[in-house]
Amino acid sequence: MLKDQDRIFTNIYGWAEPGLKAAKARGDWDGTAKLLKLGHDEIVERIKTSGLRGRGGAGFPTGLKWSFMPKEVKGRPHYLVVNADESEPGTCKDRDIIRHEPHKLLEGCVVAGFAMRSHAAYIYIRGEFVNEARRLQTAIDEAYDAGLLGKNAAKSGWDFDVYLHRGAGAYICGEETALLESLEGKKGQPRLKPPFPAGVGLYGCPTTVNNVESIAVAPTILRRGASWFAGLGKENNTGTKLFCISGHVNKPCNVEEEMGIPLRELLEKHAGGVRGGWDNLLAVIPGGSSTPLMPIDVCADITMDFDALREVGTGLGTAGIIVMDKSTDIVKAIARLSYFYKHESCGQCTPCREGTGWMWRMMERLVQGEAESHEIDTLEQVTRQIEGHTICALGDAAAWPIQGLIKHFRPEIERRIAARHAINAVAAAE
Amino acid sequence: MSIDDRIAADQPKTFKFTAKNEKEIKRIIAKYPKGRQASAVMPLLDLAQRQHDNWIPMAAIEAIAHRLEMAEIRVLEVATFYTMFNLKPVGKYFLQACTTTPCWLRGSDEMMRCIKDRYNIASGQTSACGRFSLLEVECLGACVNAPILQVNDDFYEDLDYETTGALLDSLEADKPLPAGSVIGRSGSEARGGGTTLAAVKTGKASKSTAKKRGSAHA
Repeated sequence: MLKDQDRIFTNIYGWAEPGLKAAKARGDWDGTAKLLKLGHDEIVERIKTSGLRGRGGAGFPTGLKWSFMPKEVKGRPHYLVVNADESEPGTCKDRDIIRHEPHKLLEGCVVAGFAMRSHAAYIYIRGEFVNEARRLQTAIDEAYDAGLLGKNAAKSGWDFDVYLHRGAGAYICGEETALLESLEGKKGQPRLKPPFPAGVGLYGCPTTVNNVESIAVAPTILRRGASWFAGLGKENNTGTKLFCISGHVNKPCNVEEEMGIPLRELLEKHAGGVRGGWDNLLAVIPGGSSTPLMPIDVCADITMDFDALREVGTGLGTAGIIVMDKSTDIVKAIARLSYFYKHESCGQCTPCREGTGWMWRMMERLVQGEAESHEIDTLEQVTRQIEGHTICALGDAAAWPIQGLIKHFRPEIERRIAARHAINAVAAAE
Repeated sequence: MSIDDRIAADQPKTFKFTAKNEKEIKRIIAKYPKGRQASAVMPLLDLAQRQHDNWIPMAAIEAIAHRLEMAEIRVLEVATFYTMFNLKPVGKYFLQACTTTPCWLRGSDEMMRCIKDRYNIASGQTSACGRFSLLEVECLGACVNAPILQVNDDFYEDLDYETTGALLDSLEADKPLPAGSVIGRSGSEARGGGTTLAAVKTGKASKSTAKKRGSAHA
């Protein structure tokens, strides 16, 4: 188990105050100016060396992403945009950073913003987090009053502003280009890429969009050293990670652990284990609702990291772990996710707009068994025709949970169809 | 749902931001670069909704369009795209119940049943007394404290049938329970106190934060 002294988020549960004084006592804003003295490119290099991979779901190397920003600021200013639109079902870690560790995020903005030669950051927070936004705004105000933001931020000689922008209830705005559209005052509909935001982003200017957790860990990595972070976890899957454990465990919780921790150990050490014991486990969705589920035999010895989960056909995603025990109606659980994606499709691309509704209606029939066996294959084919054929990844995210269900629970779907046929046959005979 | 269902039939003729909100508008617009004032459309819609009993009349859409030099249709399409903007009246207590899979696995059906038993309303409806509106919403992003009911700005967490009832009692009496977990968790730690960071927990700061729980009114 990760030692407390290697945890980055020491106030993740809010047991101490979130304010500046307490944050400084935890080590935030300690020698920020000295970190900036490293220079733009050296900070990027160190983040690369640490092996940090984006914590928002895709797992793209953070340092590499920063390096895509132009090396010179020409006519257009550079922007850092922080994605705090946390909405992927099963995921609730950024909320805790914002309400209990806001200064880690703000210091991270200064460090990351400086590294990419930007003077301003916009933090886009989901609209439902009203109290969290208030607390973050309080932290921003405190930081300005203390000279940590604004002109000559933290006496570094670099000017840096942070602005908070609240969303208003649209999952799609977690997609980086939809977020930028929304921030510009439009409907949150994703943009075609290329051009990528590093070239043409917010207001047409070079922009990098990063997840809250990726930004908030950056100052600690620089202070404690890239090799410290790289020494935790596994090769290519380094450092610590906030895991969200929800569903059928005895004690659902968020916890910071080492990357690559075995799933079973994570659930049993921190979440009180699966309800009714390990053998009562049916399946686990490992990384937020879009990642395909794993049945118990895969769960038994899987480790929680990007590469291991990809090898078994799923992903670490946001590390939002949804646990389902044997009492779960697994078809209904996935059908509810299909409804979620139907509800959240922005409507721009036909395969997603029409496909998410079609898949949901099909899934509702499968819950009841009101289908023919060959329709399972039809559904599988439709998911393949949506996946990869839309501007953004929402189409993929809607397709994957269904693919996972069919891959691992086809016999259960067929059993329901057979049972329904038997009932209908009896009804017809009467 | 057609657009007509979403917009109130009875509309006030005029809408004017209060002097206090006018000041706030200036502060909001200043966050964005010159000429990019359209970025302020969502904050201004939110401001209008808060000023106007939790719903946005068409007159406010016009006022915001005028203020931000946007076409009215651009403001209206933003107002209809995002689910948090109410274009028709809702009750004093706007109950937004999360029923997405993580909440459903932890018993959101029971929370919904409690609300329905009491007010006989379905999602999108308002109680006979006019004080409670219910909306079934998608993932609220607090899954380890599921199931969640959002009442206006506040999250109530770890609910079941009984505790939902107790919460509704408190709302009916206009004495809302403190926001956050209804079973005494201070945040997202495991029930009973969590497995990590014991040293932080025993620090002297813990007492004062426990009272505030999930809701920090700054």
